[in-house]
Amino acid sequence: MTGSLLLRGMLVGVLAGVLAFLFAYKFGEPQVDLAIAFEEQMSATEEAAAPPADGAMVMEEPELVSRATQATTGLLTGLVGYGAAVGGIFSLVFAYAYGRLGALGARATSALLAAAAFVAVVLVPQIKYPANPPAVGSDDTIAARTSLFFILLVLSIAVMVAAILLARRLWAQRGGWTAGLTALAAYLVMVGIVTFALPPINEMPDGFSPEVVWNFRVSSLGIHLILWMVIGLGFGALAERRLESGPSRRPAYS
Amino acid sequence: MSDMTFAPARPAPLPLAEILPWAVFGGLLLLIAIYFVGAEEGATSVFQGSMIHEFVHDGRHLLGFPCH
Repeated sequence: MTGSLLLRGMLVGVLAGVLAFLFAYKFGEPQVDLAIAFEEQMSATEEAAAPPADGAMVMEEPELVSRATQATTGLLTGLVGYGAAVGGIFSLVFAYAYGRLGALGARATSALLAAAAFVAVVLVPQIKYPANPPAVGSDDTIAARTSLFFILLVLSIAVMVAAILLARRLWAQRGGWTAGLTALAAYLVMVGIVTFALPPINEMPDGFSPEVVWNFRVSSLGIHLILWMVIGLGFGALAERRLESGPSRRPAYS
Repeated sequence: MSDMTFAPARPAPLPLAEILPWAVFGGLLLLIAIYFVGAEEGATSVFQGSMIHEFVHDGRHLLGFPCH
């Protein structure tokens, strides 16, 4: 059963990745192009202000992958690969959570898990370390930025899991409202501590358009929202058919 | 009609022993896929060069992974 759920999760993830690609191509790519134009303008100004000592032009870095490829097949590959992987991992988490979260059926479990995953994997990490367009971020700090990003991601997921386990434990004795609100309060405190404890990163160059940054980050959130909505709702429908095709779902002949 | 119920009974959980091998091997492979989309040839490299980085460049930025 788990293998069959995994296959369904990955297929829904591929579909989610394709839909996210359409959104990303329409709304994200124009912002990436604007950021790259700023980057090129900035390096041109730098060269004009301080030409290299030996008078030679700075060698342009050879373009390994053209912009057209990056914005189409590259972007599609990235989003579909990410979607399939996230959909697959989601289905494995679902396989464990199903039947272990009270009386929730397959669709409700899937929708609830996807909403929780969106908050833990996207919203909380992005509030602390938001997505940045090209031209923002220094090459020298990539190692530190990558470490901090993944540390925050792991802590954010751990805190969400802890909150769900707490709610589940309190549910039977105290009822839904008390359990839910206690777990929510505990979650917010833990998220507050984690995001406050990690160091801030701000490498925004002077003169970078705030509008481009805003539009870029909103389209990044939109991409993730599409991914998680399609996975949560689409996988729920497929999983329900696989897990709960009991007598009540068949047409009544008698 | 009186024997039809719409409130589902509490669904039976899948046994852990059935989930575990899928979770370990499937989960590992999928995490490697996320690594290649999100981080390869950034802070750490399995392969030399920056071909993979450049190919998934836009997706990496738009998904919010740290990128150069």
